[in-house]
Amino acid sequence: MNWFGCYTLFTKEVRRFRSVIGQTVAAPVITALLYLLVFRQVLEDRVQVYDGVSYTAFLIPGLIMMSIIQNSFANTSSSLTQSKVMGNLVFLLMTPLSAVEMYLAYIGAALLRAALVSTALFLVAQFFVRVPLTHPLLVLVMLVLAGGTLAVLGMIAGIVADKFEHLAAFQNFFIMPLSFLSGVFYSIHSLPDFWRDASHYNPFFYMIDGFRQGFFGVGDASPWLSLAVVASFFVVVSTLCILLLRSGYKLRG
Amino acid sequence: MQAPAITIKNARKDYGAVQALKGVSFNIERGEFFGLLGPNGAGKSTLIHIIAGLARATSGQVSVLGHDVVSAYRQARQNLGVVPQELVYDPFFPVQDLLRLQAGYYGCGKEVWPWIDELLEGLELDDKRHQSMRALSGGMKRRVLIAQALVHKPSVVILDEPTAGVDVELRRTLWRFTRRLHDAGHTIVLTTHYLEEAEELCDRIAILNHGELKVLEEKHALLDRHPFRFLKLRLQGDGQLPDAVRGLAERIDGDEIELKLEQGKHYIADVLESIRDAGFRVQDVRTREPSLEDIFVELTSDASATGEAA
Repeated sequence: MNWFGCYTLFTKEVRRFRSVIGQTVAAPVITALLYLLVFRQVLEDRVQVYDGVSYTAFLIPGLIMMSIIQNSFANTSSSLTQSKVMGNLVFLLMTPLSAVEMYLAYIGAALLRAALVSTALFLVAQFFVRVPLTHPLLVLVMLVLAGGTLAVLGMIAGIVADKFEHLAAFQNFFIMPLSFLSGVFYSIHSLPDFWRDASHYNPFFYMIDGFRQGFFGVGDASPWLSLAVVASFFVVVSTLCILLLRSGYKLRG
Repeated sequence: MQAPAITIKNARKDYGAVQALKGVSFNIERGEFFGLLGPNGAGKSTLIHIIAGLARATSGQVSVLGHDVVSAYRQARQNLGVVPQELVYDPFFPVQDLLRLQAGYYGCGKEVWPWIDELLEGLELDDKRHQSMRALSGGMKRRVLIAQALVHKPSVVILDEPTAGVDVELRRTLWRFTRRLHDAGHTIVLTTHYLEEAEELCDRIAILNHGELKVLEEKHALLDRHPFRFLKLRLQGDGQLPDAVRGLAERIDGDEIELKLEQGKHYIADVLESIRDAGFRVQDVRTREPSLEDIFVELTSDASATGEAA
């Protein structure tokens, strides 16, 4: 393993998002806070979720996970697509870095960005309502698995996309709907039967539900099921991504 | 026995129905200053991309210092530096950071920083090290690309049209720099459209055309082998040039005419005599040995390609 090369690519990716930290960390926190303020104002006294958990408290882990999902995806996909479109990806492809080393570096940097956004959001949210941290390990594992999965999906989208328009389509027609319809703003038990059953086929639901269980100790599905689904999804997309990198699909002519 | 710097065995590359490379084979020896020439679309960039790992050959084998570019890509790429043809760069970083990051991908840390300083100095980039790539002129960016290809001290360096679109002064600077690299023991592979550049710098030359290797020869042997010389005349008179002379004309520009004479077949004295017999007065006579450009045109012209295929 070329660990130093892998670490260098990781630091380069971190420096890339750090150089526009207002856009990559501060903006997602503000967006999530706006959601929190609006939904809290409108729904706080109207929606009952779990016993002893206010709607605002319920909302916070969902919003954090939604930010993790969107920022992990954005970090890898925008970096790869930008390098492809600008042509400077050749400087990476000509190096002795292996597919696994590139994978680890890109995913690591995306996870760091997701961790920064989620930590900042969690700390700021404490001003609105006290959110317990019942199973911190579960929170951490779900952050890594969900953030990792979306970072990998971002890499795959970056590899496949030829221009930013393709990326936007992937984001708007796949990532956004699945993350919004995954129980960020509601418990799936409040849904009609059909939609409740349909939610069980949405992997993003397990990311959010498992993550939320880490905070409250209760959720819509078993935490083990959530872990198993998200971990399996992570393994599948990771394998696909590494195979794509190895084959040079859309990267090496 | 040491493996050649680059070994190319029957390299083929198809893009759908288009055959960009049709089974090219040759070696580039260690320490050579090698010129890879050919018109646009000849397959030079495709070949370079295969060597650099930016493209995969449809069939055939390519290795750098004996390391296969696919199965032993780490060793092959560690020994290879490629300056791409396009002016591509990462806009996020200043020059020095960009070079240090690039070295890092090859596993090189602080130990190569003095070498990076040397590169910056040698390419006259010393005062630009903290500037963003975006702020640099085209020529400066080109120098950074060269430095980027050399940060890990590769033994084999490929320069893909490094002087395209740069001014004369920068071209001279780059020539000096590449000569120094060659003197320091690096194998240099140069592709260029400026044939006087290849003539000036290269020891051996390969010419590709339509995805095939047309010529691979020592530069001097290639120039000597060419059986032509050029005779440039300035004439005065109103007569009609004899058809035999007109058939030798490469260029007619007013009262000036350039004739291409085949050694052993066309003699200067005979040509001048027949021109005088036609009623012309010869005011000036100059001869010119063929340049690489003449040979290049000869070998890559469609007529020549068709002739050889037939």
